[in-house]
Formats: sequence, C-alpha cells, structure tokens
Amino acid sequence: MLMTNLDHVESADNHKKILEENENVMICCGRMGPMCMPVYDIMEELQDNYTNVKFYDMDFDSSDAHVIRNAPECAGFMGLPFVMYYKNGKVVQAKTSIQNMDQITSVLNEQFGKPE
Amino acid sequence: MEDIYDVIILGAGPAGLSAGIYASRAKLKTLILNEGTVGGQVILTHEIANYPGVETTNGFKLVNTMKKQAKEFGCIIKANLNVTGINLLNKIKEIKVNGSDIYKGKTVILALGGKPRSLNIPGEDDFKGRGVSYCATCDGEFFTGKEVVVVGGGNSALEESVSLAKYASKLTVVHQFDHFQAQRHYIDMAKNNPKINFIMGSELRGIEGEASVKKVKIENLTTGQISELNTDGVFIFIGYSANVDKVKDTITLNSRSEIVVDNNMKTNIEGVYAAGDCIEKRYRQVTTAVADGTIAALSVSDYLMNSTVSKEAILN
Repeated sequence: MLMTNLDHVESADNHKKILEENENVMICCGRMGPMCMPVYDIMEELQDNYTNVKFYDMDFDSSDAHVIRNAPECAGFMGLPFVMYYKNGKVVQAKTSIQNMDQITSVLNEQFGKPE
Repeated sequence: MEDIYDVIILGAGPAGLSAGIYASRAKLKTLILNEGTVGGQVILTHEIANYPGVETTNGFKLVNTMKKQAKEFGCIIKANLNVTGINLLNKIKEIKVNGSDIYKGKTVILALGGKPRSLNIPGEDDFKGRGVSYCATCDGEFFTGKEVVVVGGGNSALEESVSLAKYASKLTVVHQFDHFQAQRHYIDMAKNNPKINFIMGSELRGIEGEASVKKVKIENLTTGQISELNTDGVFIFIGYSANVDKVKDTITLNSRSEIVVDNNMKTNIEGVYAAGDCIEKRYRQVTTAVADGTIAALSVSDYLMNSTVSKEAILN
C-alpha cells in the first residue's frame, strides 16, 4: 500500500469496479519514489477542486497492477509513474514519468473539463 | 484590515520548513508558499543515514515530519503553486500567485532551493519516460538487458551508474571533463564494474529515436568531432542550480547565481532573508539547510521585534 492520502486501487476487481462506478478517473500507478511522489502530491492538491474526477493511486509492484502495467496505452513506457485517465471506463490519456501541475491540469481540463 | 503575514517563506524544502517551524513556534503569523511538492530535492534521497538524532530514514519521511511539525505550530503551507510576481522592495512585501492571488508579508525568507540541471538538448523532453530518465532507482528495471548512457561525473552520476549496472547490459558514462568530481569511493566502484565504460571530455548534443531512444550524438570537446552511440536510454545526473530566476533582478547574487547573505541570512534588501541551497555557501546538506532556515527565522523574529514595519502595522 502506498503511503499517500489518496484513495488506493487495491486489486484488479477494485480497479474494474471504480471504472464502472465513476465517469472520470485518474490513477497514478507508481512507487514511493522521487518521480512518483510529486504526482501524488499534486493529485492530493487537486482533489478538492476537481470534484467531478476521482483520484486514486495504485502500487506498481502489486501483482494486480498488471491492469495498468500491461495496458496497451502503456506500451513503450519506461519511466514511473504510469498515469491513466479514464472516461466512462475507457482510457482517454496515458502519461509516463514525472508530471508537473500544469501538465496534469492540462490533461484534466481537456478530458474532463475545467472545475467551476 | 488586510491580511498581512509576519513572514512569508518561499520554498518548502528542509530550509523553508525549518524556518516555518521556528517562525510559527515564535508565534509569528507564517505562510509557506511552494511551487512544487513539499520537501524539495530531499525527497529524491532514498536513504539519509547521517541526520543527527534520526536513525536511517528517507527524505520523504523526514520532510513529512517537518511539514507536520510546522503545521502543528500553526504554519500555513500552500504547495504546487505558480509564483507569478515577487515584490520585495516595499516595506510590505507582495507575492503574487497563479496570476491573481496576492499574499502580503512584513518579511520574506527565500528558501527557493535548487533544481536538477537539464541538458537542454534536442530530444531530452521528447523522450522523457521513453528512454530519458533522472532516477536510476525508479526506472532502472525498464532497462534490464539494455544499453544505457549516463551523463555526469559527480557522486550521483557514478553512484547511480553502479546501481543501473545491475540492470543494464552495458553502460557508458559521458562526462564533460577529463576527471571526475565524485569522491574516490564512487569513482573506484564505477571503474571496477566491468559493465561500465567511460567517454571523458565529451558532451551530449542530441538524443534521437522513434517511439523510444535509439541513439545519442556526442561531441568530443577537444576535437569538436561529433560521433553517434546507439543506446536504449539516457540517465542525466549533472547537478543542481539555485532557483533564483524570479528574484535575480532585485536580490544580490554571486557569480554562480547564488543569493548573497550575511551571517544572519539577511540579503541586500531590508526584511528579506534567504536560506538553504539557494544561498552562497560551500556545503549543501539537509543539516546545513535546516540550520540556515533556523537562523533566518530567528533573524526575522528579531527584526520584527525592532522594526518599524511591525510597529506601523500595529498602529494601523
């Protein structure tokens, strides 16, 4: 389990359920490493503003993280974290390696709309 | 009446957080504004074994404890902001954030920290996460059985090279000088590793590939000759520079673009102090940053006790 204040995706079944129950989802799949922690931190900051988006992390080393590690959208990714954006259960964007606030909000705004 | 902080601290690394702890504990109304993640560069450190009084820990845990301490003393911390304006010249200092919000303070502590230097060569941004990396521990496993280039010649570059060699089939260190800046221990470890080769007196001029990195262009700085080297990845460890871009027009800097301070961490501007990796000093450690932050906060406290800024604010 990652030491963040985000909700965690705990299993493949949990991942499936989250995508079925929520229209807009962002999942950061990583470790407690220097490239991943800034992304978790930014997601924690954004949670209150983007009330239409559900924010989660997932432990890259858990066996069930294959749902992200092996996703076709992540083919060729060679840097943690793998960050997935889902709309109605479908991947609408996937990013690799560290991202800053501007890069993340840009995807959120484009895919899910700016917060009111 | 307008909301005016006693002290606004720019930066939330060990220097900024330490200043926040001391200032808020001294009952100063304290605000920390930070552009990135709370913690600064130290969160990149996987093991801290020489912080006195703390058994081996990691940077993330250490700064999280500092953050918690600062908040418990009443310090307000706002992170992941974009500082778009800094006015330090008036008695009441103003910090503009995200282009609209303005925070006012009687004093400012600049704990701006440093940032990893990037090569700024073609392909570096394009292949980030697709062969270009800044963290061997994070991404090393993606290069299992592959050939990689490491750029740099300091402790980090050589230590990370040895770590990467556990995964890579072949590793080439490219360094601009004909000698390393690293400590002997790291040089010996790298030189004794049969997977690691060295190209000295050379710099990367470009990173090329398709879906991922395929090759790099290397210039021999003596001959000017450009050669190509096939590789699957490029790891960049070329040190840090002080984050002073936003204050360089008002604050006195030395020739290395570091903020010049006196023994009390005071800058050339009244009411403005600086601490941590952004100041002129020889040793950059978590312990020295913490000491700088402490001194800056205590100096601010003294300044406010004696300054007209504080008295005028009370009269108003």
